[in-house]
Amino acid sequence: MATRTSSDPVLVVDKLSVHYQTSKGPAKAVNEVSFSLRPGERLGLIGESGSGKTTMGTALMRLTRPPGRIVSGSIMLDGRDLMTLSAGELREARLRDIALIPQGAMSALNPVMRLEEQMIDAIIAHRPGMRRAELVARVVELLRNVGLAPEVARRYPHELSGGMKQRAAMAIATSLSPKVIIADEPTSALDVVVQRQVMQTLGRLQDGLGAAVVLIGHDMGLIAQFADTVGVMYAGRLVEIGPVRQMIKSPKHPYTKLLVDSLPGIEVKQALTGIPGLPPPLVDLPPGCSFNPRCPFAFDRCRRETPLLLDAGPDQFAACHLYPEHSTLPPIPARVYQEALP
Amino acid sequence: MTALIEVQGVSKRYGAFTALDDVTLSLSDTQPSMTAIAGESGSGKTTLARMMLGFIDPSAGGVFYRGKDLATMSPGEKRQFRREVQPVFQDPFEVFNPFYHIDHVLVTPVKRYRLADSKSKAQALIEDALKSVGLRPQDTLGRFPHELSGGQRQRIMVARAVLLRPKLIVADEPVSMVDASLRATILDELRTLNRELGISIVYITHDLTTAFQICDNIVVLYRGTVAEAGAVEQVIGAPKHPYSQLLVSSIPLPDLDKAWGGEEIPVTEANAARRNDGCKFAPRCPHVMDMCWQAPPPKFMPDSQRLATCYLYRDAPVSPDPDCAAVFRPPVEAVARITQQV
Repeated sequence: MATRTSSDPVLVVDKLSVHYQTSKGPAKAVNEVSFSLRPGERLGLIGESGSGKTTMGTALMRLTRPPGRIVSGSIMLDGRDLMTLSAGELREARLRDIALIPQGAMSALNPVMRLEEQMIDAIIAHRPGMRRAELVARVVELLRNVGLAPEVARRYPHELSGGMKQRAAMAIATSLSPKVIIADEPTSALDVVVQRQVMQTLGRLQDGLGAAVVLIGHDMGLIAQFADTVGVMYAGRLVEIGPVRQMIKSPKHPYTKLLVDSLPGIEVKQALTGIPGLPPPLVDLPPGCSFNPRCPFAFDRCRRETPLLLDAGPDQFAACHLYPEHSTLPPIPARVYQEALP
Repeated sequence: MTALIEVQGVSKRYGAFTALDDVTLSLSDTQPSMTAIAGESGSGKTTLARMMLGFIDPSAGGVFYRGKDLATMSPGEKRQFRREVQPVFQDPFEVFNPFYHIDHVLVTPVKRYRLADSKSKAQALIEDALKSVGLRPQDTLGRFPHELSGGQRQRIMVARAVLLRPKLIVADEPVSMVDASLRATILDELRTLNRELGISIVYITHDLTTAFQICDNIVVLYRGTVAEAGAVEQVIGAPKHPYSQLLVSSIPLPDLDKAWGGEEIPVTEANAARRNDGCKFAPRCPHVMDMCWQAPPPKFMPDSQRLATCYLYRDAPVSPDPDCAAVFRPPVEAVARITQQV
């Protein structure tokens, strides 16, 4: 696990909101999300489908496309606000300062280009002066960093396995030594053994570069194995963020607790528990806390007032009206788990 | 005793590629069971599932349903087989025709198998099936697929299977595309069908955690051959075959005391070129010995409820029965469904 550095944050996201324009009004996919990342830090962003985590990752690259739109907020990358950059400046910043490892690298690679040419294309766009021999040497080095043999450079994407393609996407993302790497479910299509290899490769690369990583996913187990900080998204909002150990051992938000409990282990057989109910539609959020219709502890204030992300323990923040009155999350009543069953 | 279903020494070859190599497995006709078939992509698990469903024919060996060979069944027998053995597929998005109400997938089997002689009886059957998987008929019927979540759609596919009162459900990765928070609920429904309606279930998966939680026994496949088989407590709780050990140690558990550790699994491409007439796992095996390359290991029985095809256990007796189910333990009675108290 990477140690936390005390240096200044490399990425500061402040009150970022991304809406999708729909016929029923704006869908608030990302709703006033704020967080910061220090160099070398690993943030795991977790949420159900539709919680806004992928929209978040795309927005951090400023790759949001209509009908999506970043409506407010700022993304400070190493002291520069990405929101104020021109198209040309953005093109330069992407890959060089902030890079994306997309979900499903299979469809991110150009099927009719050899890997080497795709990698050179990306590098030369930023370093027009580099000579061919240097570029080829750089490609070999990048491939070696992700555990691929030099001859892989001459292959086409269809000649690579899923794990190799994901590694190739990683080699491209790190080709200009970015300060921040966004990894959007990089292993969702891979089986467990390859998943572990790919994640360990990402970890090594990151340690070498000293880059910060945002890992987006829905598997708490994977996030726990990789991240030092975990952020939980629900219906577009960041509802809890804190150090990984505390988030698993003593989650403060009821949603985080239910999410952690829904994961079975391999020690004892236990009743499988889900989370009762469904997330609200993003165009029609309930008043107050978005989680209140599913929350076992909801009281009047939760139905009126949206909770802010506030201190709920050392380095741990939760958007929940239970705090600061309570110091820990009360036990979840057994009936909640029963309701989640047929 | 005739088995409910038996695959007898089946192999499947596609040209020079062997997807499945001499696998024998039978499921009890008298005791409803839950059996997991696990392995990475390319292990042959989906091939085996499709054979049990009669979708593809084996290149060698035979598939027998209640003692009758699928290849020589009469049309009437085949029709009964098609009704009594039901599939649940991986992708809850692709199985629906977007132009039809979801009612269509439920009404069609009722008509096809003449399950009801009147419209009102058909309606009652459909509603019962929906209720048995925890869906409210009034909220579900008359909707289009896009109006339902992935989890709800997957439950409808389970309801469709239940409608036909099958003896066996073959579920191929039924929850891999469903959110982690909903997985538990759907798997619990499968377990309920098994316990309460006496339906046997074959659960194809690469997720050993859920296999451990819901199944009695497991078969771990590697490149078309059985690596290990037996009770889930043995095979997942204390794996013997180096491949099962690798699989289990790669599970990303949300438990920081069981970290993956920093060691990289060696990618031994050098061994891949070596002539191998023996164990398919030899090129990747950390314990590989000379004998492993000579001939495929037989089914050793390191203990009474497990077999492992690995020469590390050559001092143990060899299973006299080619059937993997010879080492299966009987299904245990339902554990109390709500054991989790916080």
